[in-house]
Amino acid sequence: MPVTIHKDIVCTFCGALCDDLEMHVENNKVIDVKNVCGIGRNKALHGDNDKPECRVYGERATLEEAYDASARMLAQARSPLVYGFSSTVAEANRVGVELAEILRGGLDNCSSYCHGPGVLARQHVGLPTCTLGEAKNRADLVVFWGANPMESHMRHFSRYSVQAKGMYTPLGRKDRKMAVVDVRPTPSSKNADLFFQVTPGSDYEIATVLRALVLEMPLPTLTDDSLVGGVPLARWRELVELIKQCKYCVVFFGIGLTQSQGKDLNVEQLIRLVSDCNRYTRVYAMPMRGHANVNGNNQVFVWQTGYPLAISFNRGYPRFNPGEFSVIDMLNRGDVDAAIIVATDPAAHLPYTAVDALKKIPTIVLDPVNSLTTEWANVVIPVATSGLSAAGTYYRMDNVPIRLRKIIDCEWPTDLEVLQNIKERVLNAKDH
Amino acid sequence: MLKIINGGVYDPLQGLSGQAGTICVGDDGKICDPPSDAAPCDIVDASGCAVMAGGVDIHSHIAGTKVNSARSMCPEDHYDHFKPHTDTTRAGTGFTVPTSFYTGYEYAGQGYTTVFEAAVPPLEARHAHEELLDVPIIDTGTYTLMGNNYMIMQILAEQDPVSRKERLRDLVSWLLTTTKGYAVKVVNPGGVESWKWAQGIQDLDTPVPPFGVTPRQIMTGLAETIRGLGLPHGMHLHCNHLGEAGNYITTLETMRALDGLPFHLTHLQFHAYGQSKKGTLKSAASELADYINGHPNVTFDVGQMVFGPATTMTADAPMQYRLHVVTGHKWINNDVEMESGAGVVPLQYKPKSLVNAIQWCVGLELLLLVKNAWQIILTTDHPNAGPFSAYPQIIRLLMDRDYRASQMEALNPRVGKYTVLAQLAREYTLEEIAIITRSAPAKTLGLPQRGNLRAGSCGDIAAYRIQEDKERMFREPAYVFKDGALVVRDGKAIKSPQGRRLLVEPDCGAVLPDDLVDEFHRYYSITLANFPVQEEYIPRPEVIACK
Ligand code: SF4
Ligand SMILES: [Zn+2]
Repeated sequence: MPVTIHKDIVCTFCGALCDDLEMHVENNKVIDVKNVCGIGRNKALHGDNDKPECRVYGERATLEEAYDASARMLAQARSPLVYGFSSTVAEANRVGVELAEILRGGLDNCSSYCHGPGVLARQHVGLPTCTLGEAKNRADLVVFWGANPMESHMRHFSRYSVQAKGMYTPLGRKDRKMAVVDVRPTPSSKNADLFFQVTPGSDYEIATVLRALVLEMPLPTLTDDSLVGGVPLARWRELVELIKQCKYCVVFFGIGLTQSQGKDLNVEQLIRLVSDCNRYTRVYAMPMRGHANVNGNNQVFVWQTGYPLAISFNRGYPRFNPGEFSVIDMLNRGDVDAAIIVATDPAAHLPYTAVDALKKIPTIVLDPVNSLTTEWANVVIPVATSGLSAAGTYYRMDNVPIRLRKIIDCEWPTDLEVLQNIKERVLNAKDH
Repeated sequence: MLKIINGGVYDPLQGLSGQAGTICVGDDGKICDPPSDAAPCDIVDASGCAVMAGGVDIHSHIAGTKVNSARSMCPEDHYDHFKPHTDTTRAGTGFTVPTSFYTGYEYAGQGYTTVFEAAVPPLEARHAHEELLDVPIIDTGTYTLMGNNYMIMQILAEQDPVSRKERLRDLVSWLLTTTKGYAVKVVNPGGVESWKWAQGIQDLDTPVPPFGVTPRQIMTGLAETIRGLGLPHGMHLHCNHLGEAGNYITTLETMRALDGLPFHLTHLQFHAYGQSKKGTLKSAASELADYINGHPNVTFDVGQMVFGPATTMTADAPMQYRLHVVTGHKWINNDVEMESGAGVVPLQYKPKSLVNAIQWCVGLELLLLVKNAWQIILTTDHPNAGPFSAYPQIIRLLMDRDYRASQMEALNPRVGKYTVLAQLAREYTLEEIAIITRSAPAKTLGLPQRGNLRAGSCGDIAAYRIQEDKERMFREPAYVFKDGALVVRDGKAIKSPQGRRLLVEPDCGAVLPDDLVDEFHRYYSITLANFPVQEEYIPRPEVIACK
């Protein structure tokens, strides 16, 4: 079989959405990938293998049977939930929102338990930010806070941040300073010029003191030796001086910040700090989004409903209330009586109480590969894999939208097609 | 075939101002002459209505990265403003930044059928186009931001005038084609690049880092290129120094610099301020109106301020930062590599605030002092100076002098010292309203089939019940038709058809010069192959011919 080489392909593993991959396809299979990191390679090589069976209540079924069963379960439910989307295209996500709207159900995505606090912080204070190319071209100082890209976004350093050679940073690493704030040394922190090993749960306190230093407010109870988050004040002064003197700084923050004590308040204070710094120079913040298109989920939810996550349509229009309408809380309270899950594996990611709740109700799952959830879901619908056998739009961590192409064929439908089919059937069921 | 009978027809292009007439729309969705035979048709009785072409909004922010960031940042904008799902329409929320579906219904609900998203950075154009797929009913187009584009500034800095001109033409053509844009947008030329260097404010002749070209060169270079390409719409220009006291001098100088070139001034209200002795704001609407009255080719949209909540959002990043500092309100900034920037800050405009009161007067003064309505276009720079849903109220302010006077009583009493509005007695006619809301924007945009009711034009039609209260009249059109299909009744959308996307296809095509391909690879964070907006995002294109 001849090998076809596809260039400029988008990696669909993490929010860095590297779009310069080279994929070698033979016999409708990806046999090799170039310009990719280890985790991305794994996804590209195996993302379309290991398809689940199409099943209804454990029995092998046709797609038609699966669509009918799904529509019936959803249409009969009083409080259905539409959930997931982190690894599917915006186009499918758009129909997913419509389905929730027609069902008068709940709607949530995976940011609910990863970068959701960052999304909430933005509702309070906004977010001064930039695209990744600006970090590459201009940033002479990069800071990672609670983020470890060497293990989570492995090409981030070389493509966008620490080592990237840009317009005003032609020497890459040599033209930059790098600082890391984290609770333990990491492979990323080993590369840093400045590493701040902080005590867990002290992010809010640190950001507050940094703000005071930036704003030149008196700190009468602290001396240079006083520990702030386990690090002497004098060292924090050093960081503030570095920021004030740089030309362009980007602070990348990860779930080490969003999921530690304080959550959205941590992010809020960090964003305030970054905003304050703009009186001296350009300083921005950016969330290191994990799952490739979880930002796209937030984008689609927002443009169709006004809210990024934790939505209920039970009154016919979108309402938003994290804690009340977020997936974990809804499930834990027993507020959901049927669920359709798209492109995520709740059995692997949600707390066991929520998973138990899912197991007790009719659950439909769309997944391109076998997962912990496909093992027991009542309806399992195998689908094409976004970026390999399905085309569509992903939104990078910096909001830049990129179109995924389809490079191999798949016998199964796309998420978009499945959702459209189920939606049509729900509409018909409701008419009768 | 659709027949709208018994209405008073307002079509300024054909000189019709209220004459009784019948408007017919053929099955192709285009307006046609009444048929001679008695062909079967749907008849709509528009007795007591003013029948006009669908409204055309030349400048609004309705889709894309910054609009969606604003929605995300401002849930408080949505809680009290919502529309439930119906069998034929989608649900939505939002007041100053309504959701995509809601935006389409609200525009159509006021009789608007064509709207342009005014500021799209090339790198994020795909987002704007994808979101516009979820804006129902109305036809849409996007303007591509170019006033702080690195490659454009680089070419402008080249010495050889002949090659400079050719290369600029190729680049502008490439940018418009790959972003599926309709027009060239320039925002605070040079000022956004300068912001990224944490440098000061840009005057027309201040060199911009790193290439040393000036805002004047950027504007004249782009306007000349637009003329060369024969684009249907001129350079859509947001001048330097938005919102600053004394900025009318820059605005005047800009108009002089561009004399004879194709350009349109947007949200002029924000650029029409003089400076009092104490350094504070005062109206300079008269100074600008004098110039515009003497230059019939100049067009502007007003960006009228509306009291109440607003969400400011522009590519003018430094201006948005200043607003954040002055107000202490939450702030989004988004620098876009190689191209542009953006900022978002929510605000409240209050009649008791002297500055806001002056701004409100300045907008109305411009609308009343410029004599020829064909040079004027109604906008609120939605949602910067207020939401587009306030157009009916502004129409009333223009048509009803007593109402205007009553509204002025609520203003900060000192406003009289800095404005002349109280002395202006002009009242708009319905014909003039038709001009500033449809005919003039369509003409300025180079859209011969919109903003008029001639045979062959789009069957986009609004019928408003004539009544004393002009705000109510324009808030709840009796009927709105899109391509001849009834889409709105009594101000409520009853259908969700997908609109068309308006595009241009300049002759020079879409080839990026070789040396710039190189730059692209080096400095953008995505590959060139993934940069152009794919056809999948434009299922219903309508290409408007270049001149
Ligand atoms: S960094 Fe992320 S997007 Fe890039 S190749 Fe690795 S997994 Fe894929
Ligand atoms: Zn604008």
